[in-house]
Amino acid sequence: MSISIEEIKKPENIVYRRPALLTDNVMHYCPGCSHGTVHKLVAEVIEEMGIQDRTIGISPVGCSVFAYNYIDIDWEEAAHGRAPALATATKRLCPDKYVFTYQGDGDLASIGTAEIIHACSRGENIVVIFINNGIYGMTGGQMAPTTLIGMKTSTTPYGRDPKLNGFPLVIADMISHLDGTAYITRQSVHTAVAARKAKSAIRKAFEYSAKGIGLSFVEIVSTCNSGWKMTPVEANKWMVENMFAKYPIGDIKDVLK
Amino acid sequence: MAEKILMKGNEAIAISAIRNGVDGYFGYPITPQSEVMETLMKEKPWETTGMVVLQAESETSSINMLYGGASCGKKVMTSSSSPGVSLMCEGISYIAGAELPCVVVDVMRGGPGLGTIQPSQSDYNQIVKGGGHGDYHNIVIAPASAQDMYDFVDWGFELAFKYRNPVVVLADGIIGQMMEKVEMHPMKPRRTAEEILRDAPWAVTGKPASRERHIITSLSLDADIQEQFNIKLKEKYAMIEANEVRFSEYMTGDAEYIFVAFGCSSRICEAVVDELRAEGIKAGLLRPITLYPFPSGEIARLAAQAKSMMSIELNLGQMVHDVRLAVNGACPVGFYGRQGGNIYTPEEIVAEFKKFNGLA
Repeated sequence: MSISIEEIKKPENIVYRRPALLTDNVMHYCPGCSHGTVHKLVAEVIEEMGIQDRTIGISPVGCSVFAYNYIDIDWEEAAHGRAPALATATKRLCPDKYVFTYQGDGDLASIGTAEIIHACSRGENIVVIFINNGIYGMTGGQMAPTTLIGMKTSTTPYGRDPKLNGFPLVIADMISHLDGTAYITRQSVHTAVAARKAKSAIRKAFEYSAKGIGLSFVEIVSTCNSGWKMTPVEANKWMVENMFAKYPIGDIKDVLK
Repeated sequence: MAEKILMKGNEAIAISAIRNGVDGYFGYPITPQSEVMETLMKEKPWETTGMVVLQAESETSSINMLYGGASCGKKVMTSSSSPGVSLMCEGISYIAGAELPCVVVDVMRGGPGLGTIQPSQSDYNQIVKGGGHGDYHNIVIAPASAQDMYDFVDWGFELAFKYRNPVVVLADGIIGQMMEKVEMHPMKPRRTAEEILRDAPWAVTGKPASRERHIITSLSLDADIQEQFNIKLKEKYAMIEANEVRFSEYMTGDAEYIFVAFGCSSRICEAVVDELRAEGIKAGLLRPITLYPFPSGEIARLAAQAKSMMSIELNLGQMVHDVRLAVNGACPVGFYGRQGGNIYTPEEIVAEFKKFNGLA
């Protein structure tokens, strides 16, 4: 059976398009970086839920500091690691809004550990999108708390040595023990299937945040092919073979299940 | 007649916040100001005015909660004391850089380091000159009574929103702990969502299709854009310096000897002026109420009539440098201070005054 171009172009037949809430700004992210995909998923969820005028994003310090240039909503740009503190006040003072932070692993798991732990502990009704690529991207590829043992970075040039640098910090598992968290999941976006699952998780997190049942946390295990000094394809392969062993994909906690 | 209630300066801050329509208080316990949050928690304003009160995990977090709340155009405040305010200085710099309004109450104690828990004025340099990184000013107002503590909350928010700038109420352990009668002014309701849109049209309130998105940030990677922003801030500070200087004077009309003192020290110096006047020495007192903007013009005017000036501070000599700049050599400028949480008596200051002026 053949189908005409006019038929294909009908709105009901469009299965993929650019999200309406992604701006026209050229993204500064490196080719192969996971940020662009995750931005797209967040934009799609906000659009599909029809909550653009009720959503406030908090961007971090790190590669995604400029997230506010790409998703067409109101934004606050936080100091390094402090996004959960901004989100706490924003949500408590504007309880009718959907409030989310978007943070990398240097921001959330290193300098911002106090803020994320206590936001979880207080059960703030916010969404946290946590990009974990095991490295500091923006500053040029230094060791993050999430860097794997043996992994080479610009501050662990001979590989992360636990005697010298300690062990990787597994934040999602840690906060799953806190009573204030409602939904904790770990996803990735390296394949179309993975991206679809990640999108469902992000949507669920936004929906949970409106229920007043506590903090929802979506970790996205990501690549940083520039920092890892690999091609995008090699980076995806390396992530699956190495990162997933320490940071396995799947739901960790769901209080409504 | 308005109701008067006996209360501590710290309690006056809390009661004033509730009665003046503050939207949120975020704080962390530290002596000598813990009564502020304790009073708020006891009063439970979330059940009456809807005010949010939250104990944060650190001063770092409290100031960043202010950043978030202020981004939404809300009236948000915190209080702390010297070591806690040091932790907040990063956040205050961001708030100044993002041009957000907020009120920070600093009930100073002795330092450096963990220091003492007794009163001090040793954070004048830190707060009046900025505190955090970058070219910026806090608007700094210095209360000298429990009534000032009550009144300066509302005045602080007025200045903060007028200039989109952090305001620091720079108090000390004496003003925070001292009990005095405080006159209650009529209650002001919290602003409605419509009033916030009117008074803070820049605020993050959720983007409707009808406008561009609002972005609260202090970041610009382009040096030229940053420089233009710095120049814009300079113009704002020039307006603040031109319009907002506030001071009070005591017996300065015919004074030949001028004391300059702020906060609790100005209260003590009033007694010093009385003692010297009783001896026939024409002394007077200038009390800067705003420390930034500093009353340099009035100090210069008084310097022209004075034989000398003395800055009296509970520190090693900080404001005295601003006094010297304002006096600009027109008369000798002396200094006397106590440190570490100790407080001078009027007699002690009289003796130091006579020594400095060769009147002993």
